[in-house]
Amino acid sequence: MDEVKVIEIKKSIFAENDKDADALRKELKDRGVYLLNLMSSPGSGKTTTLIKTINLLKDKLRIAVMEADIDSDVDAVKIKDATGIKSIQLHTGGMCHLDAEMTRQGLDGLVLQDCDLVVLENVGNLVCPAEFDTGSCRNAMILSVPEGDDKPLKYPLMFSVCDVVIINKTDVLPYFDFDMEKCREYIRMRNPHARVFPICARTGEGVDAFAEWLLAEVRSWKQ
Amino acid sequence: MHELGIVFYIIRDVKQAAEENGVSRVSALVMNIGEVSTVVPEYLIDCWRWAADKEDLLRGSELRINTIPAVTFCETCGKEYETVPNGKTCPFCGSGNTWLLRGNEVEIKEIEVPS
Ligand SMILES: Nc1nc2c(ncn2[C@@H]2O[C@H](COP(=O)(O)OP(=O)(O)O)[C@@H](O)[C@H]2O)c(=O)[nH]1
Ligand SMILES: [Mg+2]
Ligand SMILES: [Zn+2]
Repeated sequence: MDEVKVIEIKKSIFAENDKDADALRKELKDRGVYLLNLMSSPGSGKTTTLIKTINLLKDKLRIAVMEADIDSDVDAVKIKDATGIKSIQLHTGGMCHLDAEMTRQGLDGLVLQDCDLVVLENVGNLVCPAEFDTGSCRNAMILSVPEGDDKPLKYPLMFSVCDVVIINKTDVLPYFDFDMEKCREYIRMRNPHARVFPICARTGEGVDAFAEWLLAEVRSWKQ
Repeated sequence: MHELGIVFYIIRDVKQAAEENGVSRVSALVMNIGEVSTVVPEYLIDCWRWAADKEDLLRGSELRINTIPAVTFCETCGKEYETVPNGKTCPFCGSGNTWLLRGNEVEIKEIEVPS
C-alpha cells in the first residue's frame, strides 16, 4: 500500500523559461527587432525615463513600448500621450514578473515589422524579474537616489543580470546621503561590465548618453 | 506572491515529467531549494497545497523541501565559506572577489508515484 516509486527529475524550474527566452531572442535577431527589458522598484522613474529617451530617439528609430508594471493602463496612456508612439498594456494578473512566454504574447500584440526597438517596462520589483529571462537583448535597471547607494549589496542578482544601471533623480542628491562613487563601486562588485548612467529624468539631464548607447545597440543588433 | 508564481512553473514541469514517464498520479514531490534562492519554503508549501489540489495529477500530493546550504568561493584565497553569515566578503581574507558556489537552486529533485 505504501509502496512508492521515485522518479528522479533534477531540473531547475528556470530551465524551460531559459530555453523559451533563447528562442525568442534568436527570433528577434532574425527579425531585426531589439527588445530592452527595463526593471526597477516601483516609482524609480521607468515611465519618466522612457518618455525622455523615446523623445530623443523617435525620429531615428521606430519604437514601441509594452507596459507590465501595473495592471492598469495609466502608464501606457501616459507614454502614448507624451511621445505619440505605440504603447500597449500587458496584463500580468498580479504576477511579480514577466517570463519569456508572457513577453512573446505581448509582442504578438505589436506589428514587429514596424518596430526597431521595443521596450518592456517590467513589473516594479527588484527580486523576481531578475530570475526570469524575458528573451530581451539587454537588461537595464533604474536605481533612484532616494532608494540608497547600497541597493547593489541588497539585491545582488538584479545588478548582476543588468547590462546597464541608470541612476535616476540626481536632482535630489543634495537631500540624501547617496554616495555616487560608492554606488558605482558596489555595482562593479556585482557586475564589472555594467554601464552606469546618472540621469535626472525630470529635467532630462544625462538621458542623452543613455539614448546614444541604446541607439548604437539597436543599430548593431540589426546588422 | 513570488511563491505562487513559482508553484505554477513547478506544476508545469511536473506535468511534463509525468507525461514523459506515463504517470497519472503523483503522491509527493521533493524540491531542492537553495538557502539564498529568495523562495520561502513555508510559503511555497502553502501555495502548493492551494494550487496542486486543483489538479487531478497532484491532488493531495505532499511537497517536501530539501534545503541546500549556501556556499561562496573566494577567488583571492581559494577557500569556501558559508554565505549567509558572511555575504560577499570572505571571512578568511576580507576579499570581495567571491562568487556563489551553491545555494541559489529552485529545482525539482524527484517525484514519488504510487506503485
Ligand atoms: N525628483 C525627481 N522625480 C522624478 C524623477 N524621475 C521621475 N520622478 C518622479 O518619480 C515618480 C515615479 O516616476 P515613474 O516614472 O512613474 O516611475 P515608475 O513607477 O518606475 O514608472 C513620479 O512622481 C515622477 O515624477 C527625477 O529625475 N527627479
Ligand atoms: Mg511606470
Ligand atoms: Zn578569501
